[in-house]
Amino acid sequence: MAFGQRVVFRDLSCRFPRGRVSVILGGSGSGKSTLLRLIGGLVRPQAGSIVVDGDEITTLSERQMYAVRRKLGMMFQDGALLDSLTVFENLAFPLREHTTMSEREIAAAVHESLAAVGLSNVDDLLPNQLSGGMVKRVSLARAIIMKPVILLCDEPFSGLDPLSVKLVEGLLVHVNRQLQATMIIVSHHIASTMRIADHVVLLLPDGAVEGSPAELRRTTDPRVAGFLDEDGVAAEARA
Amino acid sequence: MTALADLGFAAVRFVTDLGGLARFAAQIGRAALAPPLRVRLFVDELFKLGVLSLVIICVCGLAVGMVLSLQGYNTLVRFGAEQSLGAVVGLSLIRELGPVLTALLATGRAGSATTAEIGTMVATEQLDALRMMSVDPIDLVATPRALAMTAVMPLLSALFIVCGLFGGYLVGVGLMGVDAGSYMSSLEAAVDFHDDVLGSLLKALIFGVLVGLIATYRGHTTAPTSAGVGAATTSTVVVASVSILIFDYFITALWGV
Repeated sequence: MAFGQRVVFRDLSCRFPRGRVSVILGGSGSGKSTLLRLIGGLVRPQAGSIVVDGDEITTLSERQMYAVRRKLGMMFQDGALLDSLTVFENLAFPLREHTTMSEREIAAAVHESLAAVGLSNVDDLLPNQLSGGMVKRVSLARAIIMKPVILLCDEPFSGLDPLSVKLVEGLLVHVNRQLQATMIIVSHHIASTMRIADHVVLLLPDGAVEGSPAELRRTTDPRVAGFLDEDGVAAEARA
Repeated sequence: MTALADLGFAAVRFVTDLGGLARFAAQIGRAALAPPLRVRLFVDELFKLGVLSLVIICVCGLAVGMVLSLQGYNTLVRFGAEQSLGAVVGLSLIRELGPVLTALLATGRAGSATTAEIGTMVATEQLDALRMMSVDPIDLVATPRALAMTAVMPLLSALFIVCGLFGGYLVGVGLMGVDAGSYMSSLEAAVDFHDDVLGSLLKALIFGVLVGLIATYRGHTTAPTSAGVGAATTSTVVVASVSILIFDYFITALWGV
């Protein structure tokens, strides 16, 4: 995968187990968000294949991708809420576009989704009236409102205080259990990763290393230990 | 050698851009004809692009008509033809100044705002969010704006012309002492509805298509940074303004409008 002359990664191969929480870790510029965007079909690779819930997506047209994306939900790093719409309208939007639900049913679904992320009385607020943590929660609520099979989360913990990080962690785990959705989370927050992940994909300059958090903690691979040591996690585990 | 390479690069970029614009126009055409028809969004855009431009169009139309009348009177009076002032003001406004100046004003006000708005949506990943929700951003964001610009341009141009004629009347009749009946009768006799008025509206319609397409295309292809949004907005104003003037020449030369 490359942007112009800049190669982001080469010969990358990884998989994300169904129904589990997977976290993509890696240093800045390692291509974590690009990998997430590849899965969502927002960027196209120069070569290789990407299979999403049984569909090979690299050969699909943008129009054909829309059918695949019905199975996906995505929580963007900065929310990507439609800034001209209120919170309620942001959540109601995909339902109005893709379902024949009545306004009453839509309202119920929106409030259920907001309750799932611990928000209430925010219907009429515009995105610019929300705090950073609330934006992330509304973004998560919008991502899950269509009950996706796969939920993609781009840096859900970035810019949050430690309490909010714990809150979002809990929400993601709760959503995973409730929807049984495959979750793919991009993060550089190692402590959170170790708490919530079932499966970790660590992007390194010379390829990817996969495994459960416990396997990564025990690893003797110096590249992995070096990366985790930056947060003191591997050292703590070995001790 | 570097200059030659730069020229080649610029040429390739121009052709690529032109191809991108043509493909984008085809996508807008398809989105405009295929359901869902986004009537409410179209009406909202008509309001933003049209109603919110009324003041600037009226003020500029009035000012242009007044100055045209002043200049026209000073020239015509040398030949003793000041009774033809209505015809001079009317034909200048209807055939040329109305559609062209309206399009330039709409580019500066509404075209640049459209690019900045869509460009900001690109920079804040809102268009990607739409794609992830299986909603085509060209259908939802670009098409209502481009269609509204096309629809609103002839109306704004007509309003500009009416204000200009009124401004010309104020100066010619009220200030310079031209006979009111002569002003109106020369205007009525000189202007042909089919050749001049419909031609003028057609010109404005074509300018509307141009501005709408360029503004939305530049917005969609914005680099996702604040500098990118600024560059795209500037580019819209420059490219649309130059395109309007070039198209104006060819429409006038080929169709005599």
